[in-house]
Amino acid sequence: MAAINVNGKALETDAAPDTPLLWVLRDHLGLTGTKFGCGAALCGACTVHIEGEPARSCQVALTDVGTRKITTIEGLSTNRSHVVQQAWLELDVPQCGYCQSGQLMSAAALLAQNPTPTDADIDTAMAGNICRCGTYGRIRKAVHRAAELLKKENA
Amino acid sequence: MNAEVQSLTHNTRRDFLKLGVLAGGGLVLGISLSGCSKPAALGAGGQPVAWLRIAGDNTITVLVDKSEMGQGVYTALTQLLAEELGVALEAIRVDAAPVGAVYTNNLLGAQITGGSTSVRDGWEKLRKAGAQARSMLIQAAATQWGVAPDTLKVDAGAVVNGRKRLSFGELAEAAAKLPVPTDVTLKPAKEFTLVGKPAKRIDTASKLDGSAIYGIDVKLPGMLHGAFAQCPILGGKLASFDATAAKAMPGVKDVVGTDNGVVVVADHYWQAQKALATVNVEWDAGANAALDNAAIRARLKKASSRTGRAARSDGNAAAALKSAAKVVRATYELPMLAHATLEPQCCTADVRADAADVYAPTQTQTIAQATAAAVVGLKPEQVNVHTTLLGGGFGRRLEVDFIAAAMVASKAVGKPVKVIWSREQDMTHDTYRPPAFDTVAAGFDAAGKLIAWKLDLTGPSITARMFPPVVATAIDPFAIEAATNYPYDVPNVAVNYNREEVGVDVGYWRSVSHALNCFVAESFMDELATTAGKDPYEFRAALLAKQPRFKRVLDEAANRAGWGKAPAGHHQGIALMEGYGTYMAQVVEISMKDGALTVHRITCAVDCGQMVNPNIVDQQVEGGILFGLTAALWGDITLERGQVQQRNFDTYRMLRLPEAPRIDVHLLESSEAPGGIGEPGTAVVGPALANAIFAATGKRLRSLPIAKQGITTA
Repeated sequence: MAAINVNGKALETDAAPDTPLLWVLRDHLGLTGTKFGCGAALCGACTVHIEGEPARSCQVALTDVGTRKITTIEGLSTNRSHVVQQAWLELDVPQCGYCQSGQLMSAAALLAQNPTPTDADIDTAMAGNICRCGTYGRIRKAVHRAAELLKKENA
Repeated sequence: MNAEVQSLTHNTRRDFLKLGVLAGGGLVLGISLSGCSKPAALGAGGQPVAWLRIAGDNTITVLVDKSEMGQGVYTALTQLLAEELGVALEAIRVDAAPVGAVYTNNLLGAQITGGSTSVRDGWEKLRKAGAQARSMLIQAAATQWGVAPDTLKVDAGAVVNGRKRLSFGELAEAAAKLPVPTDVTLKPAKEFTLVGKPAKRIDTASKLDGSAIYGIDVKLPGMLHGAFAQCPILGGKLASFDATAAKAMPGVKDVVGTDNGVVVVADHYWQAQKALATVNVEWDAGANAALDNAAIRARLKKASSRTGRAARSDGNAAAALKSAAKVVRATYELPMLAHATLEPQCCTADVRADAADVYAPTQTQTIAQATAAAVVGLKPEQVNVHTTLLGGGFGRRLEVDFIAAAMVASKAVGKPVKVIWSREQDMTHDTYRPPAFDTVAAGFDAAGKLIAWKLDLTGPSITARMFPPVVATAIDPFAIEAATNYPYDVPNVAVNYNREEVGVDVGYWRSVSHALNCFVAESFMDELATTAGKDPYEFRAALLAKQPRFKRVLDEAANRAGWGKAPAGHHQGIALMEGYGTYMAQVVEISMKDGALTVHRITCAVDCGQMVNPNIVDQQVEGGILFGLTAALWGDITLERGQVQQRNFDTYRMLRLPEAPRIDVHLLESSEAPGGIGEPGTAVVGPALANAIFAATGKRLRSLPIAKQGITTA
């Protein structure tokens, strides 16, 4: 059994050490909000935070996680209260929604490092997340809106 | 499609939902659908249908028969019912309907979500169901209060009489015992309070916290996980396999052969995926071992010299071309494309001796059920299909190829099994958009008037594989879209279709043949404008005097885009189309620098008739445009030795956020019948973009993708 810290909880898993974090989360811990899209860090659907940094969980083996703290979409907030969730809801961003866990995690990580991102900052931070439904225009607006909400929260 | 699928529907008809007490203690309110436009397709005419459940605790659940794949049907169809029922959208929850003949899509003849038909099919049905339910609830209240029903009204989930209120939940039990009224009056459009309003989607919240359940997220007690490999050569089969090594690996429970592949079943997916790589498989390559793109192109080119079947014939185009003072001809070729839904194909099956449950992200419950049953030797009525959310559909999940492996594996191990395709399996085993090899000719008379238009389409037929009886006597209707409805005022028009199979299974891909044929027709119209020495917008506008809906969207797009007034160094292209009863025009504004393309802005004018939810219409137009833009820029599936060369998103490129241009959508008010909106945007952007590139460079693009035409796309 390996110890793993997910969403603030100390958990144990019997997954083999080489199992990608994505499948540890989905199959072993039952956290299916993190999605499988490509298995090759090309689509961003599996994005989680490791110590607050965005990471493609399909490319991180369990053994490499160690004691670092993992945050998934399920742990981004309780009651969808994170500013990116509020903004996404306000702008009705998702269509099929499959990529949106990864989009939200990338956006949340961006705002944590840069609370007032420019369009260019958003381009850089969000380029790794594919949305096949084409919600990019609303995602861009929602990141800006989340930045406004963040400013109010911090005021 | 009707005949074939209808018989299938009849064979699989079941009484899924009956009036009765729910587990929660409430009642299912049965609503008859007698009086539908095609009652025969519903099977037993007056069979009770539950579109709606009202529980004693006032929980109101709408059962939506269409699959939610991002296009917003859970919201839009619920709006239709809620409009007549008299409840706020927020007060309603949605469940996926099961399989049932009563849920037959009257436009397609089976329980299918596709062809941008959902609102058109549901427009009457769901409003009528809501009105019937309202009438029954009012009657129940009238009886209880001893007053005439016409003195009562509904308000926010209750029947009201002055200050007295009875909630729908309080009335549900009595209402469900009443006869279903056959004759209800629907609200006129001017009284709509929900329909036509830009409501928020009801599925958004669950898509923001990981709680939405897609096919890949299904969890069942005791469930095992399957990884799947199919014959790398398209159309090939499984010959034999040796799984000795795999079976010795941790967690592996069994290795099972299917018709065309091998499934490793294990406690966890990663165990199955790792073990799959160790299975030694002998494949039966079949007929495609040498197939490549050159061979496909050669077949289509040769076939294109035949005279095809006439799909439209006005006047005599051949004679008019002979007598024309000037004739213009061109050949257009279009590539195969993958759907690339972001959720890879997947399915969960629980097969037992006398029944099965299938949890599938499917666009066709009818065919999924029949297929699942056939694979394991059950009767369709022994198979329950549970429709999950779909992580993208785009036509890919009209196929049922992702169901068999889960059924076979579950039957073999006697437990529920979830099979997930790798991205590589998904990309290399799609049913691809048909390739096309089309020739087009037009003639002008001595006065410069366009007098002849002749379009000859050549390609494989999707419908011939999916619904063979449809093409036994008729041309595949999904091969000649945006071709036979050529709108311009030309006296001699011929559209011919040459079916030529190429050895690859082709599939319905968002907007189907609209995207192929609109590219050819609207690119060539631009060529003709150049020949005529006219502005592309004005050339089109002058030929649309008898087509007010086309003219209106063309004018609107041109005006909104500032046609002819692009900033220095920017260039514009325009294109239009009618598809699914929706009229659309787009203007694409680009710049070219040292051979590199930048798309700055896309302006789209839409007349889709009466709208249900402009917020969702806007989403669909934006998303549809980006789907089509991705394909126009990069989409290209190629074969070598019968194997698809694109395996993941590194070689099958997707548009990303920094590359997404500004899109301005202009929705026109219209009282016309509702049109479909999920697909038209995809078809129109390609030719508008190619026309803009011509305006910028003088280079006419007669094949796609653009990235392979000597243009850099950054």
